Amino acid sequence: MAYKKRVDGRDWHETRPITAKAGVIPRADGSAYFKIGDTEAYAAVYGPRNLYPRFMQDPATGILRCHYNMMPFSGSGERVRPGGSRRSKEISAVTEKALLPVLDLTEFPNAVVDVFIEFPQTDAGSRCAGICAAAIALADAGLSMKDMVSAIAVGKVDDKLVVDLNYAEESYDAEVADIPIAVIPSTGEITLLQLDGIIDKHDLKKAIENGIETCRKINEVQKNALKEKYRK
Amino acid sequence: MNKEIKRHIEETLAKGMRFDGRKADEYRPISVQVGVTKNAEGSARVKIGETDVIVGVKMAVEKPYPDTPEDGTFAVNVELLPLSNPEFETGPPGIQAIELARVVDRGVRESKAVDTKALCIEKAEKAWCIMVDICPINDAGNLFDASSLATILALQDTRFPAFDGIEIDYKTRTEKKIPLHLIPVAVTVYKIGKHLLVDPTIEEDQVSDARLTVCATEDGHICALQKGGNTPLTLSDIEAMIDYALGQIKVLRHNIGVKK
Repeated sequence: MAYKKRVDGRDWHETRPITAKAGVIPRADGSAYFKIGDTEAYAAVYGPRNLYPRFMQDPATGILRCHYNMMPFSGSGERVRPGGSRRSKEISAVTEKALLPVLDLTEFPNAVVDVFIEFPQTDAGSRCAGICAAAIALADAGLSMKDMVSAIAVGKVDDKLVVDLNYAEESYDAEVADIPIAVIPSTGEITLLQLDGIIDKHDLKKAIENGIETCRKINEVQKNALKEKYRK
Repeated sequence: MNKEIKRHIEETLAKGMRFDGRKADEYRPISVQVGVTKNAEGSARVKIGETDVIVGVKMAVEKPYPDTPEDGTFAVNVELLPLSNPEFETGPPGIQAIELARVVDRGVRESKAVDTKALCIEKAEKAWCIMVDICPINDAGNLFDASSLATILALQDTRFPAFDGIEIDYKTRTEKKIPLHLIPVAVTVYKIGKHLLVDPTIEEDQVSDARLTVCATEDGHICALQKGGNTPLTLSDIEAMIDYALGQIKVLRHNIGVKK
């Protein structure tokens, strides 16, 4: 049986409603809130600041450290035990790689820029929401960036190519491919790419093209969030 | 540096003022919101000035402890997220987080607000376990009062998930609430020099000599205390701080409209 209509009634290439806000955590050097559907992310940037232990310092450049964390009550099932899991460590690492290409931290040798990403509520697509929030927060912190980074999950549910899978689609009872991607909007370069599931090469290419197009739209929302902070 | 700030704060307090223009016994504006995250069985968000705390309640069914076979359990945990304060670090909870969790826990537990007997499903076999997680989004001082308030509001907001005797269905929430006998409210009084104040900013907290968290029930009974800070208190200090706190608890109850 073919997937005829999306679980929540959206068009195939339509994202869930997005809200973004910059400067939501006064104590941070930069911060942002990014909500897509029922997935909610907060990101806070601290730094450039001193990095300890000292052996971690790099005299050639500042380093970026990302920390992805779900609040214990944010998942749809049981309580998530606090503290890092293998999953959260991996996502932290790929988030770092997704954001680093737009940053230039050579001005800050031996220093660190910490990005903390927290989720009060999740419904799939959290790593992408986290990257979107983190990119706004880095810009809000006033760090030099050559562009934003925007991210979205694309994929295939049964025989249909879709954009922005929610949890119900990710766990749909059919063949599902879930492909989170992050994109530098001005160049279309891809800084994060993962795939869970099964898809052929032709569909994969199309799915990624959908993703790049969607990321350009998300980028507008991110830029607006930053402008909105200074609009009175 | 701290010494100079402290001297300045004391001088200002002596004139009946604070750096942000408040009186000693004045809270920053408080806003409360419940049902803030849909995957938790109950939740609340409390803002006191720029301090911003989210509390979520998750429930599970577990075997009761052997020494209390007819009771469900109740646990409070604090994650001092490094997102909320540049001083907080990643890693397991430090003493600051543990103390905060235990002080909030004590207020709820000792007031006997939660009827743990009513959480028992099957004696010595199955009982509900209530897990409260406190997550600050922005720490601008006074996490004690913000966390305590958010915790009790989140417990009030909690609805049991469906349970068929074997498995919990977290997607289906019932109408059943946590049996709460009464609503304890906590206020922390700070002492700087000879001055008392509530709702400190980070700066005021850092220079304070001592603090006393007082948790009280509606009828004015004190149900939990915690002294913090390095300076000892005399009996008359304690009396003054408790009176101060009880007065503030009444105001807080009235302003927030905390009701059973």
